[in-house]
Amino acid sequence: MSKSVLPDAFQEARNGKGFGTVDDQNDPVTMVLGLKDVRKCAHNWKTFQSGGEEVGRIVVPSEVAIRDTRQIPFEVDPPEHANYRAIVEPWFKRPLEADYQASLKAIIDELIDEVLAKDSVEVVADFSLKLQSRALTLLLNIPYEEAQVWINWGTHVFRSDDTALDADKANILYDYIDQQIDKAIANPGEDLYSVLLDSEVNGRKLSKEEVKGVMILTFAGGRDTVINAVTNSIAYFAESPESLNRLQNEPEITGKAVEELIRYFSPLTHMGRVVTEDTQVCEHAVKANSRISLCWASANRDERVFENANEVVLDRKINPHVGFGFATHNCLGATHARQIMNILLTSLSAKVKNIDILYHQDNIEDWQEFQRKVGFEQLTVSFR
Amino acid sequence: MAKITFITSDNEKIEVEGESGSVMELAVENGVEGIDGDCGGVCSCATCHVHVASEDMAKVGPAGEIEQDMLELDDNFNERSRLCCQIEISDDIDGITLNVAH
Repeated sequence: MSKSVLPDAFQEARNGKGFGTVDDQNDPVTMVLGLKDVRKCAHNWKTFQSGGEEVGRIVVPSEVAIRDTRQIPFEVDPPEHANYRAIVEPWFKRPLEADYQASLKAIIDELIDEVLAKDSVEVVADFSLKLQSRALTLLLNIPYEEAQVWINWGTHVFRSDDTALDADKANILYDYIDQQIDKAIANPGEDLYSVLLDSEVNGRKLSKEEVKGVMILTFAGGRDTVINAVTNSIAYFAESPESLNRLQNEPEITGKAVEELIRYFSPLTHMGRVVTEDTQVCEHAVKANSRISLCWASANRDERVFENANEVVLDRKINPHVGFGFATHNCLGATHARQIMNILLTSLSAKVKNIDILYHQDNIEDWQEFQRKVGFEQLTVSFR
Repeated sequence: MAKITFITSDNEKIEVEGESGSVMELAVENGVEGIDGDCGGVCSCATCHVHVASEDMAKVGPAGEIEQDMLELDDNFNERSRLCCQIEISDDIDGITLNVAH
């Protein structure tokens, strides 16, 4: 049980001062670490805003230098936020439908059969990225074959190996989305692009730029996060085969297991907000127009709330985690992500007896004061 | 066995009966508008927020500490708020009325 462990990088700071500080392109961020503080700040959208003038600034690392399109509804605050959210919410709840789940199960089962037939598999590129991309065709309601385009992009949409932000890489995604929107305008269908183009907000149709904003959010928000959640799950089951067994014998705990793995993995470490007035967080003064971040990964290990916070308790009954964020801007893709995880756990427990880790290289995020393992750069395993 | 009446934010009245499990699960099975239960009942999502009828508060009891922390930051919170994933179905709650908060 060492390769699959994600240590709590924030414990000392969380229990001490309650916050951390990270510089980011000369625009420092005060990281809020405790669960209650994170929830309070997430709830207080007036003081800690998402929809400020500078598009991309709430993301850490900041995307101000590489993105002009506002992500929607993510970078819009109430009351306008509610109008946009209402447009996209029903679409993003489609994973609750039986047909959707059956299609997703077919995708996941096929992939598991594929890796079972191989001697070894590099999970990040040859399992998680494929799963994430193929599942995304369902969320967008477009042909399965399109997944290959996204698989060919590689694991990082915005990042290169040597830099946290890469404008050229980001432009691949933005240009692709522009093209897909133009295609949907020329030839409307029943895909997400077409549905958005036909949607109305405040009595007018969504603009191309707004549609692009929703699509960037959909692509970017659900890529590394899902890949990390899936890869980390494989590592966890490799080192806890009894958990796979238990899921097979007690399928009724699968939903709780999904929530617990999301808490433990916290695939998105934190998300920023821009401070609108001089105020305090954790008795620490923060100035108007500075930035804070809501550190979901730290909050999810807060031992004041979670017993045995650093252990995976597969059937944890009370689990008020913030792995999908909290309040106004909670994760739009959560329904899709939960279904992916739910079906993945069910199919793995049905089909796989054993997973052996052959090679691993950790993906450790550098937040200066904190070094946080979020997943793996590479994870080679054999499935049996 | 418990009979439970939900009143949605559109004032629709839905009467259902349950044997076991949580009130949230019963509501989702019966398609009660405004009860989503996204997290499956682990007190993480606050999409099963109800207001217990005043006369039924004694039967249902107050929220636990973790539940209360969630509720206090949810819209439409009041002193009769509960997350109904944390209310177990039993004979003790037979006949209660719950107003869906959203």
